[in-house]
Amino acid sequence: MSTPHATTVHPQGGGLRRASLRGASVERAQGRIGLVFVSLYALFLLAFGVMPSLYAVFLAFTKRGAFVGFDNFVKVFKDYRFLPAVEHVGLYLLVWLVSLVVLVVLLAVIVHAVGVRWLSTSMRFIYYIPGALAGASSVMVWLFVLDPTVSPVSFLLHALGFGSFVETVQADHLPITLAVIAFWTGAGGWILVMYGALNNISRDVIEAARVDGAGPVRTAWFIQIPLLRKWISYMVILSFAGGTQLFVEPRVLSQASRGVVSQDYSLNQLAFLYAFKQSDFNGSAAISLVLLVVSLGLSIYFVFRGGLFERV
Amino acid sequence: MLVLLAFAAFFIVPLVWLLIAPSKTDRQLLLDPPFALGSVNTLLDNWNSLVTFQGGLLWTWIGNSAFYCVAALAITLITSIPAGYAMALTEFRGRRALLAITLVVMLVPSTALVLPVFLELSAVKLIGNPLAAILPFSFFPFGVYLTYIYFSTAISRDLLDAARIDGASELQVFARVAMPLATPVIALVGFFNFTGNWNNYFLPYVMLPGRKAPIQVGLAELLSNVPQFNPTNAASTTISLSALALATIIAIAPVMIVFLFAQRFLVTGMTAGGTKE
Repeated sequence: MSTPHATTVHPQGGGLRRASLRGASVERAQGRIGLVFVSLYALFLLAFGVMPSLYAVFLAFTKRGAFVGFDNFVKVFKDYRFLPAVEHVGLYLLVWLVSLVVLVVLLAVIVHAVGVRWLSTSMRFIYYIPGALAGASSVMVWLFVLDPTVSPVSFLLHALGFGSFVETVQADHLPITLAVIAFWTGAGGWILVMYGALNNISRDVIEAARVDGAGPVRTAWFIQIPLLRKWISYMVILSFAGGTQLFVEPRVLSQASRGVVSQDYSLNQLAFLYAFKQSDFNGSAAISLVLLVVSLGLSIYFVFRGGLFERV
Repeated sequence: MLVLLAFAAFFIVPLVWLLIAPSKTDRQLLLDPPFALGSVNTLLDNWNSLVTFQGGLLWTWIGNSAFYCVAALAITLITSIPAGYAMALTEFRGRRALLAITLVVMLVPSTALVLPVFLELSAVKLIGNPLAAILPFSFFPFGVYLTYIYFSTAISRDLLDAARIDGASELQVFARVAMPLATPVIALVGFFNFTGNWNNYFLPYVMLPGRKAPIQVGLAELLSNVPQFNPTNAASTTISLSALALATIIAIAPVMIVFLFAQRFLVTGMTAGGTKE
């Protein structure tokens, strides 16, 4: 790993050759150290990224080690719990993504338009703070909020006709409830991102629009929002991929509602039940693989087509 | 303006309520106005019932979380900082391929790999071993990408070449030139790795059952000892609603403290993928 010492540079004829020789050996040294430096990470990538995926592929297409084609997939697709789970996750995604796009953009534009500095800053701060709560703890907070007997907004729940926790988490409006929880946790971070992107739009453009007689609404609609498009699609893709994985929220709600929210509400919960309740690792792998392929597809599309990342 | 304030209320009211709840008894929670303060004595009672629950199980869970997250943090930094540096500032075979794979894997939600990793680790009989959480927690392609972006933009190759001409070996170039400049990105990677792992529920839930569970899993476990949510539960020790609220506060406290000071980190991280407009 040692490089040739070259504290003095010789102006003589041999210098050029030596320099290029040195260049080649520096490159070799770099190549070696580069490989050493990435090797540990590459090992983790293999062990916890590539291998589990390949193993899931293997399990999904076999039964007791023998190749069975698509049998495992056919079995889980025919499972009476599968389609409802797809429907639940789909509905949840629809409600969540639409509200995320509309409200995040709206709030970012308004916060950006606020002239009073401390107000804008403190609004952004308040919006993002719930982001510290993810997973079980954010659901825990919402268990209280959704329980009309103790909720700080029980008047709202009563106005909506919910008298008890069990009524609040009934299946027909559960996708909305889950979307509210996800929005509460995640929207603030995205508002900050959109706010930052809005700051990057040059003042001249906005000023030109104003001179042309555009009010704040027209400016937002025709200038600011089109310029945010890349970030909006980034948000949608990441949120979509994350949303298909729904697990902890319905799982904790199920525990808290004595089964009113079913244990097989989402696809990941179903995959979990296959592995843990039915000891059917092959079926579990089949569902996981479907989810993984969706995420991977979105991710690959976005990295190579999305234009947000520099070309690699 | 009204919209802004309404949403501010939406985001903050649940947290304010959560902070007040542990100072009340369950009866007060039901009957008093939601934002009326309780008393310090009640808060202490709730605290006592919580910390004595099953012989201080709460501290075991917190300790587990701390152990898993700190160990994973150390491994993450050891693996991802050199890797990001190498991808940004050295040339080696397969660099572009590794970078592309890292980008793709980074955008795949980590939950998508939980069950596949579980199936893999149960094949090698690691389930129930702390390593079953620590090792997957330490695989952090996002950290590698952040480091890559940081080193590509913050340090020029010329600077490294100058050090090489002064006779520094490749290892010295990394240790003496790159590392002293890397503090911001180490903090950034550490922030995302730690908060993400501390809040992770799904992975430890499948990997580490029982007393080895971290606090997030423990929190959900507490739920089954709250009579309001499980009236059929005949367990002798029960947890009151307000003690559950207190447990939630304790569970989020470490991340909340980090978050209060790290708004800038959050934005840098979320936008790290983007090239300049």
